[in-house]
Amino acid sequence: MEATPGGFLLVLILVAPVTGLLIGFAQGGRAAERIALWAAPLGVTMAMVLLAGVLHAQAPIVAFVGGWAPPLGLALRADGLAAAMLMTTAVIIAAITLFARADYTTLPGAPEARAPLAFWCFLLALWAALNAAFLGGDLFNLFVALEMLTFGALALACLDGRATQFKAELRYLLFALIGSVFYLLGTALLYGAYGTLDILLLSRTARSDAPTIVAASLMTVGLLGKMALFPLHLWLPAAHAGAPPAASALLSGLVVKASYVLLLRLWFWVMPAALLLAVAPILALLGAAAILFGSLVALRQARLKLLVAYSTVAQIGYLFLMFPLVAGSAAEVAERAWTGGALQAISHAFAKAAMFLAAGVIARGMGHDRIAGLHGAARVAPLSVLAFGLAGLSLMGIPPSGGFTAKWLLLQSALYAGQWWWALVIVAGGLLTGGYVFRVLSAAMRAPSPDFMPAAPVDARQERVALGLAIISVVLGLLPLAAFGLVLIGR
Amino acid sequence: MTLLLDLILGLAVVGVAVWTLAVRENFPAVIGFVAYGLLLALVWVRLGAVDVALTEAALGAGATGVILLFAVVRLRGGRAEIDAATPGPRQRLAAGILCGVVGLALAVAVLSLPDPAPSQAAAVARHLPELGVANPITGVLMAYRGLDTLLEAVVLVFAVLAIWSMAPDRRWGAVPGPVFPVQSNGPLSLLARLLPPIGIVVGIYIAWVGADAPGGKFQGGTILAAMGILAWVAGLWRLPPVASRGLRWAVVAGPLAFIGVGLLGFVFADGFLSYPPAIAKPLILLIEAAMTLSVAAALVLMVAGPPEGRRA
Amino acid sequence: MIYGLVASALVALGLYGLVTQPALLRKVLAFNLLGGGVFLLFGVVAARGGDPVPQALVITGIVVAFAATALALVLVLRLFQITGAATIAEDETRR
Repeated sequence: MEATPGGFLLVLILVAPVTGLLIGFAQGGRAAERIALWAAPLGVTMAMVLLAGVLHAQAPIVAFVGGWAPPLGLALRADGLAAAMLMTTAVIIAAITLFARADYTTLPGAPEARAPLAFWCFLLALWAALNAAFLGGDLFNLFVALEMLTFGALALACLDGRATQFKAELRYLLFALIGSVFYLLGTALLYGAYGTLDILLLSRTARSDAPTIVAASLMTVGLLGKMALFPLHLWLPAAHAGAPPAASALLSGLVVKASYVLLLRLWFWVMPAALLLAVAPILALLGAAAILFGSLVALRQARLKLLVAYSTVAQIGYLFLMFPLVAGSAAEVAERAWTGGALQAISHAFAKAAMFLAAGVIARGMGHDRIAGLHGAARVAPLSVLAFGLAGLSLMGIPPSGGFTAKWLLLQSALYAGQWWWALVIVAGGLLTGGYVFRVLSAAMRAPSPDFMPAAPVDARQERVALGLAIISVVLGLLPLAAFGLVLIGR
Repeated sequence: MTLLLDLILGLAVVGVAVWTLAVRENFPAVIGFVAYGLLLALVWVRLGAVDVALTEAALGAGATGVILLFAVVRLRGGRAEIDAATPGPRQRLAAGILCGVVGLALAVAVLSLPDPAPSQAAAVARHLPELGVANPITGVLMAYRGLDTLLEAVVLVFAVLAIWSMAPDRRWGAVPGPVFPVQSNGPLSLLARLLPPIGIVVGIYIAWVGADAPGGKFQGGTILAAMGILAWVAGLWRLPPVASRGLRWAVVAGPLAFIGVGLLGFVFADGFLSYPPAIAKPLILLIEAAMTLSVAAALVLMVAGPPEGRRA
Repeated sequence: MIYGLVASALVALGLYGLVTQPALLRKVLAFNLLGGGVFLLFGVVAARGGDPVPQALVITGIVVAFAATALALVLVLRLFQITGAATIAEDETRR
């Protein structure tokens, strides 16, 4: 593949948040916050232009960094999937920017404080890392992007400086580092076998020999650990639930998706089809186990944030059902399953970000996040409870919502492909999700005791941001199916 | 003869690794680790990779050893807790089998890599004249895979800020790390007075020759950082507070220069991070100089840790 | 070829230490032993093809591994300063 016009846009999308972070950090004080505020609309605009460009060309936009073509140089590639994920990232980052102003603003003339500086810098940092992870065309370059992501996610999750956070993040770091090591071992073997780490070049030459099989296994295990697929989920609940709300939304909604997209690139691009056919059912089986296990454990949680975190464990599972449905299916079925999987990644990003933000507002308003004690929450934070409910619809897969379309596409392709058992898992997961969302809503809607007092006033702007994200996760389901043809470009 | 040498060296590396893991006390374990790193550097020399050997010795053994030692000194006790959390023999056996399988699979994979090995060596060498550098590693790091290096420099900035952000709120703005009393005499003081003038010259030289011979910004920057750390530990040099603008600009100068030169490539050459052949070498040296400064600053700060002193 | 086997052995050893050592400090140490094995594997690949590219990847990798080590140790120290804990065992096992 040749470099295409418009490649400079890929570079800008990558370099703009990095530059913002560097200057914001060096200048200190309010600089990072103000840069983030400017970057949010700029980022959404750039992602929109890129998305329009990919749609217009009906082909990926490709840049060779420094003008050096792979295998010597590095390529950045924006196919439909990447463009969709970049757009999702830009919108959610912009929403979190708005949300976080209430928590992390620095007043003019006030001295620089630790948490605000770190928050704004790492918001830009995570954004840069996500963009690098979605655009990267080289497996080692993607390793560096994953490390950026780990460092940024870790710093944001520890922002409150509590011992429980340090402990949860150490556990996360150990999983992430072992994951990185496995991934890196795989890249060493692939380079030894093929002399390149470029995804497209590898996709043309990969064989099913011993180095390739070992590399694929190691990289897959590493990435599964980083995205917390059952049974490697142990680190996720405490790490995501213990973080500040704005950080949880980023971690659960977006960060795990970077490893997912990389896993798709590994299996649907790099690896030969015969290997994929053998591995796909195993991945889907783990996904199914994650859906059932995560939902059941979420159902039994006493605390709201942990419930939302276990819901992530379950929803990640859906992402893996597409593997056996895409691999080895007729083109039409494969396209449906692929679209369903991609849409699940996107709609879950919006819904989960909305849910964590809403849970954060509710917890602050109530002074705690014990589900049994949420009576009166609908009065304290009505928009947040509404946002939680709407996001819940999308997670359950109730029409019309993005989650519904995603799960419906997966369900249909399971039936067409004659693998009806995955359809059963989807339905069961939806019912269980309904169970835990209903538990929260029914507690929140109940009238409080007469002497009830809210613990703190809730910020109306924060509530509206959470609601906005939840509405997007629902509205995705109202788009005509043809709109999702985007994610098939360059597949 | 060389086979015997490789065999002995390989066995020594594995032996030291086993000992490092098995020894009960922390201090000898870290010493074992430093020995492991130095032996690995020898292995890298045997593999003909002098640039990597320098990096491994300076960063892998040296700087990592220093931060591990700092941690050992500050982490005291916890023996009972550690013993209580030690996995039982059955769990250890299971872990051993699992790790053994990974090792075996790797060995099988390495032994079945194709012959002749695929290589980019020819392509790397072919384009070096356009860059005006003679060291192929520098060509890869600064041009062909420049984006890797840029992102990696950004990772160092991430790490510094992440480490700082672990500090308690009340320490924000203070001097990073512990403050050491001035050593007016004794071996440390002597070393800290004698070594830095030499070390700084050597560090700058190694960074400078990187374009044409083994060396470069990471190796040179590490040596500069080592001199700074020596002076700091001996109490001869006080680190600037984390609020210092100068300090922060020093940390970001490298990646910013990299991005700046990269963006100029849109105007004067073939796009981002592309150098016009006529001035490729001066541009690469400019980036390397800024990166050497930033690597050195970031390493000193990573060794020092989060701000601990009183607010400036 | 010897070094290919050495690298595999180092990876297995480092991994074993990382999983079984309870003390956080020793886990970080084991991670670095493991890293040495991974980088050596790149070195073997580089030596086979006389190829400078994997060497450059290792230099990048060593720098990233150092940053990860520094970050991990600061987390370990902060956890120790606040709670006195030297492991991340569940609370019930810690008295």
